[in-house]
Amino acid sequence: MHHSSHPNDVPPPRRRRPIGRRVALGALAAAAALVATSCGGGGDTLVVYSGRHYNIEAAFEQYTEETGVELEFLTGNDAELREKLAVEGDETPADVYITVDAGNLAAAAEQGLFQPLESDVLQSAIPAELSDSEGRWYGLTLRARTIVYNPDLLAADEVPTTYEELAEPEWDGRLCMRNASNVYQQSLVASLIAHHGEDEALRIVRGWADNAEIFSNDVLILEAINDGLCEVGVTNHYYLGRELDENPEFNVALAWANQDDRGVHVNISGGGVTAAADKPDEAQAFLEWLATDGQEVLVAGNHEYPANPDVPADPLIATEFGTLDDFVRDPLEATVFGALNPDAIRLMDEAGYG
Amino acid sequence: MLAPRRPTSRAGWTWSAALAAVLVVVPVAMLATSVLRPDTQLWRDQWRTRLPGELVDTTLLLVGVGAGSIVLGAGLAWLVSAYRFPGSRVFGWMLILPLAIPSYILGFLTLSTFGRTGPVQDQWRDWFGLDAWFPRIESVGGAVIAFTLVLYPYVYLLTRAALRDQAAGAYHAARILGAGPTEAARRVVFPLVRPAVAAGAAVVMMETLTDFATVQYFGVDTVSVGVFNIWRGQYDRDGASEIATLVLGFALLVIGLERVARGRARFGQSGGAGAGITARTLEGWRRWAATGVCGAVVFVAFIGPVLRLSAWAIAEQRSDRGTPLVDQYPEYLMNSLQIVVITVTICLVVAIVLANAQRFGNPAVTRLSSRAVAVGYAVPGPVVGIGVLLAMVAADDALEAIGLNLPGVVATGSLLVLAYAYAIRFLAPGLGAIESGIGQVSEEMTASARSLGATPLQTVRRVHVPLSRASIASAAVLVGVDALKELPIVLLLRPLGFDTLPVWVYDLASESRFQQAALPALSIIAVALVPVALLTRGLDRRV
Repeated sequence: MHHSSHPNDVPPPRRRRPIGRRVALGALAAAAALVATSCGGGGDTLVVYSGRHYNIEAAFEQYTEETGVELEFLTGNDAELREKLAVEGDETPADVYITVDAGNLAAAAEQGLFQPLESDVLQSAIPAELSDSEGRWYGLTLRARTIVYNPDLLAADEVPTTYEELAEPEWDGRLCMRNASNVYQQSLVASLIAHHGEDEALRIVRGWADNAEIFSNDVLILEAINDGLCEVGVTNHYYLGRELDENPEFNVALAWANQDDRGVHVNISGGGVTAAADKPDEAQAFLEWLATDGQEVLVAGNHEYPANPDVPADPLIATEFGTLDDFVRDPLEATVFGALNPDAIRLMDEAGYG
Repeated sequence: MLAPRRPTSRAGWTWSAALAAVLVVVPVAMLATSVLRPDTQLWRDQWRTRLPGELVDTTLLLVGVGAGSIVLGAGLAWLVSAYRFPGSRVFGWMLILPLAIPSYILGFLTLSTFGRTGPVQDQWRDWFGLDAWFPRIESVGGAVIAFTLVLYPYVYLLTRAALRDQAAGAYHAARILGAGPTEAARRVVFPLVRPAVAAGAAVVMMETLTDFATVQYFGVDTVSVGVFNIWRGQYDRDGASEIATLVLGFALLVIGLERVARGRARFGQSGGAGAGITARTLEGWRRWAATGVCGAVVFVAFIGPVLRLSAWAIAEQRSDRGTPLVDQYPEYLMNSLQIVVITVTICLVVAIVLANAQRFGNPAVTRLSSRAVAVGYAVPGPVVGIGVLLAMVAADDALEAIGLNLPGVVATGSLLVLAYAYAIRFLAPGLGAIESGIGQVSEEMTASARSLGATPLQTVRRVHVPLSRASIASAAVLVGVDALKELPIVLLLRPLGFDTLPVWVYDLASESRFQQAALPALSIIAVALVPVALLTRGLDRRV
């Protein structure tokens, strides 16, 4: 070991040049890279922000093949993309915003991020209850959040029929549910508030909190039911579709909730043309395609229901769960859910729901 | 040439340091303006409902992960530095490998392996019945284990370096003076490596504190999770940034603890590296115990996860659907490398300026600047992301006001903006490493160079940088690995079409398609191994 405190220990000059040169080269390369990539967007391409990830690439590729219109897209968290759109304002490169959850769509419309569309194609393709009354956004696919159960542990006549029933003490320790930070769980609770008012909704969610083991995603809930760890749970229908697709022996069955009253809670993925779109007409044409010819590829492999009633559901869910005509849906009031989403979160906090 | 110069402070250095601090602090501060007019109803609601639980969980998690990382990181560093046992050299570098695994990947791996529905508990229930007790993985305890396993290498790395550079001489002196190995370790080595252990633990705790995704796999509600619930679900950006001040509060606490733990210690051993501790050969059962402990850690934290990911990836490739987007893999890889190189370059240059400014500039201003840049590391990534967006839009408006219109480039979607946000986020860990390197160059040496007529810039180039090469290399690796794994900011700020490896993982994992995410997850780990291996080689060569 040597102690050095005099300048002779300074490394000879030859050593230091390559370092300086390397840094300079690196900086140059970095600068070149910046220039090269900062010119993206713009041009002839249509720009899409998408909070939906699965299979959109396939849909986008097909659209480009059919129409020659190039698409560029940015995936991300639904709410964060909405925030990005809001902050970018007029400068946003996005022409189309596609996202999951009606509450998010309603919030985006509320923030003035969409422009109203006058489109006969969209109006005839997408049922009025799945779109904004001012035509700012349109639903594209439908996902039902319903009751799932283990048929070995529960006979068909023992299966609870409503979300409310799951709050009864008899389901203590037999129920599996999703954590409160999940947007589908939030919109389900928002629908409870919309139908029952705050006090009754709070009572129900407290009941769930007492009864349920909480999981951080829907797939885990389904696996837990399959393993017999719980008898019944609430998940989005397409996760069960996916499990059954991979393993027909998967031991979980589905029951449409609240069929004797308001119907099962559904949510949508949907989209609209951004207020600051550079190419509103092309953007609208793309949305029209997604609502019609593009529906099949959009839901392919993901087992969602197409929002366009003329498009058949995929065979697996049509046989296993039935088509949209086979069950009663809770009329979707996206604006209400959107407005109630913050209340839903507060209410779950209040109820001690994890 | 040889005319003596007064060591006065140079305005250029002072201003550069202050500018760097402003560039880091402004975006975060823009988001926090609402803190000045707090929403009392929100705070009341939060206090009444989830905030107490969040504070408890955050505290338990931080203390658990901090303590776990210190025990594992410092303990293993001592074991492989001070003793020789079968495999000790190999373990010396293998123990760094878990650094390559992003916590969000180890999170879903842990859960799907040991969680309620994973194969381990399935087997357990087969053996002992459906109601057999098993420790709950979806808990603070489970999260502590997962975070500790991916983060302890920070403590390990810094402790090993300190043992080699600083503690070896003192240890040998103590031994020669008659102290037993344990006594020498306790009375001499421990105080000497304490600053390094504290610095490592602080990094670990910051990484844990600002995470909001991995903790959710474990059902742990930290303050960061609370911020996101308010922001995303209650559509309340202002409210979220108010709660985010609590995250900042925890961060300040961590930094404060680090200062206290570090004490007044400044053991800059002037001049180059030490020779390292001469390792003692372990005998009997102890040698195999040491091998067993190291092997178990490497297996649980690295080999096991990689094997499981590999099995998933192979199964996915064999299935008819295959891993989605695999044909775009080279592009993702290049994009990841590009942003890593740019981020590392920016962080190193700025960190070198900041560290040296403390020698040449106004001491008060430069020291404050160096402390202020820690703010980017002390808040969750998306907070930095949105803050940068806000700052960019403001800059764009300002430019437009003076008639300079740069559509789209300033406001959004340029790689420069992404790199800026990354630099804000990861400057602090890089600066920490470089400061410790420059700190080991004695003040006298700086003074000598200056009195021989070198300007500050020449002194930096010819003396400080060459002498702290090892620290600069460590800084590059720390920043590079962090930038490679980074997830929330890239989602918000990447240019169109600029998808990286973590984005690929995110797209699949956010749809709970964890098995399909195995291949992209493996490739992040594989790429992260390159800098980790380089660092390891550097460590070994210098021993």
